[in-house]
Amino acid sequence: MDIETKSGTATLGTRARDVAVAAVRGLALAFVSLPVAVLCFCLTLVSVALVPIGVGIVTTPWVLTGVRAFADRRRLLAARWGGVRIPRTYRPLPADANPWTRTFGMLGDPATWRDFRWLPVDMTAGFVTAVLTFALPLYAVEGFAIALGLWRALPDGYWYGFVHVTGQLSALFAAVLGAVLLVCSLGLTPLLLRAHFALTGAVLGGGQEELAERVRVLTETRRDAVDTSAAELRRIERDLHDGAQARLVAMGMDLGTIEALLEKNPAKAKELLAQARQSSADALTELRDLVRGIHPPVLAERGLGDAVRALALRLPLAVEVNVDLPGRADAPVESAGYFAVSEVLTNAVKHSGADRVWVDMDHEDGRLRVTVTDDGKGGAAIGAGSGLTGVERRLGTFDGVLAVSSPAGGPTMVTMEIPCALS
Amino acid sequence: MRVVLAEDLFLLRDGLVRLLEAHDFEIAAAVETGPELSRALAELEPDVAVVDVRLPPTLTDEGLQCALEARRNRPGLPVLVLSQHVEQLYARELLADGTGGVGYLLKDRVFDAEQFVDAVQRVAAGGTAMDPQVIQQLLSRRAAEDQPLERLTPRELEVLELMAQGRTNAAIAARLVVTERAIAKHTANIFAKLTLEVSDDDNRRVLAVLAYLDRGR
Repeated sequence: MDIETKSGTATLGTRARDVAVAAVRGLALAFVSLPVAVLCFCLTLVSVALVPIGVGIVTTPWVLTGVRAFADRRRLLAARWGGVRIPRTYRPLPADANPWTRTFGMLGDPATWRDFRWLPVDMTAGFVTAVLTFALPLYAVEGFAIALGLWRALPDGYWYGFVHVTGQLSALFAAVLGAVLLVCSLGLTPLLLRAHFALTGAVLGGGQEELAERVRVLTETRRDAVDTSAAELRRIERDLHDGAQARLVAMGMDLGTIEALLEKNPAKAKELLAQARQSSADALTELRDLVRGIHPPVLAERGLGDAVRALALRLPLAVEVNVDLPGRADAPVESAGYFAVSEVLTNAVKHSGADRVWVDMDHEDGRLRVTVTDDGKGGAAIGAGSGLTGVERRLGTFDGVLAVSSPAGGPTMVTMEIPCALS
Repeated sequence: MRVVLAEDLFLLRDGLVRLLEAHDFEIAAAVETGPELSRALAELEPDVAVVDVRLPPTLTDEGLQCALEARRNRPGLPVLVLSQHVEQLYARELLADGTGGVGYLLKDRVFDAEQFVDAVQRVAAGGTAMDPQVIQQLLSRRAAEDQPLERLTPRELEVLELMAQGRTNAAIAARLVVTERAIAKHTANIFAKLTLEVSDDDNRRVLAVLAYLDRGR
């Protein structure tokens, strides 16, 4: 209620105060930022130019860190004064990186070049918009000052806007123009300040739409990942509860009975001992199957290539596996890749009617690529109820993609790509 | 008979030592890491090595790698590999040199002390001890694409399975509660149906069967 009346009848006083605040902020922005921007720009130029002779290797990280601090300060002001959020997208550097990797890591970051592009824009267009924010109301005030007698101190024939000030009468005209300008500045000044920050955001922030899309994708894949892992945990809990745990309870009970029977009925005790041993063997088998579903031992021991080879040997059809991986990916990526291949192979066995399957794995341009081809009847698609949707989700968490080519009559080719580094 | 034992879990190592000593094996060394195992195999020249696949420091397949390496240096060195899980991939690597003296068993098989000790002795004598799970996997895969296997009677399949595990005719006969002569007749039939060359040598026979089952992949 309170807020409504306030905004509804925004008084001239609050308007004037807004203008004054915006003007002071514009003044500060223009005259503090300009020298710093020029300094940053020059230092960056010099430092990068000195990289070939070595000096730049040492200075560039320092200079660029300074530039980033300056840009960060402006991001903060943009958020606080203009309500413009400018995302910070610098790539993280390892804490113990040497100057060489720091320099080239920073120079290789697109955000560094955005900063560098922003500095000249800030010195020119940014400066002009900031200056206008305070110059406009100040100029309006000057009109009144002229009418109040300042005209006497001015050189003869002073032009105030388009008014030629020659005496008191023309000075009054100047006041009228000043009044018009003042009214204009009431609306314009805050807009100008916002324009300044919008400009900063546009140059410094990079592709906002791209970021928004990225955020959307990340939110979605994160939700999928959380859902999947929660479902997995529930499954594991259930399996343990109904399987190994129950068997261990049975074993404990058997052992208790054996203890009681040992003297009275040794024959019965012996029978129960065999039963207890069977329970422990069954519990182990169940645990083994469970472990294979969580993280297959071969994957931990040998990595993705051999894990898929071992998987292929378990399947009831001929699978040819070709692996060209010079190293191992991170454990989560290996795991996602393994279960994705496993799901695709299971699909091939269950639905394709294929005799042969080929799995090819390689790593190129920072992407792990797995292709599964079968000579089955085709018709596979990503969609409701298909195991391939699950594969797509699994890969999505790692920004991986899945492509399926499966014309009716076959063959089916499923290609998976996950961006990752090998070590 | 001198044994080098490699197992990183204390309880299991301790249990294996006691089990083997109780059956008149001499424990030359009981180690817990890969490098220690390599040294023991090179220096102590045991009659047989019992090795866990997963060993420190890497906790990957260090034990298996050490065993394979030692067999490259000393072909035919009897090695029995134990694991929490069995993989045909590893079985194939162990069998690849075709010299025998290889065992690959689930750790659970230790529960049955008699069978386990029998397996160690068989491997030490240059024979083979393959886990029933490995053989079942091989058979179920092979059955899907192999006509000759379909011509075997259920009893012959049973004999084939036990033979592939590395058991002698006598052991198979005892297991199936029939005479050794009956088993000999079954094996002759199996070899004829699979068109394999008949051999009197138990070990060569096992390797031929395993090679047949693992063929073509």
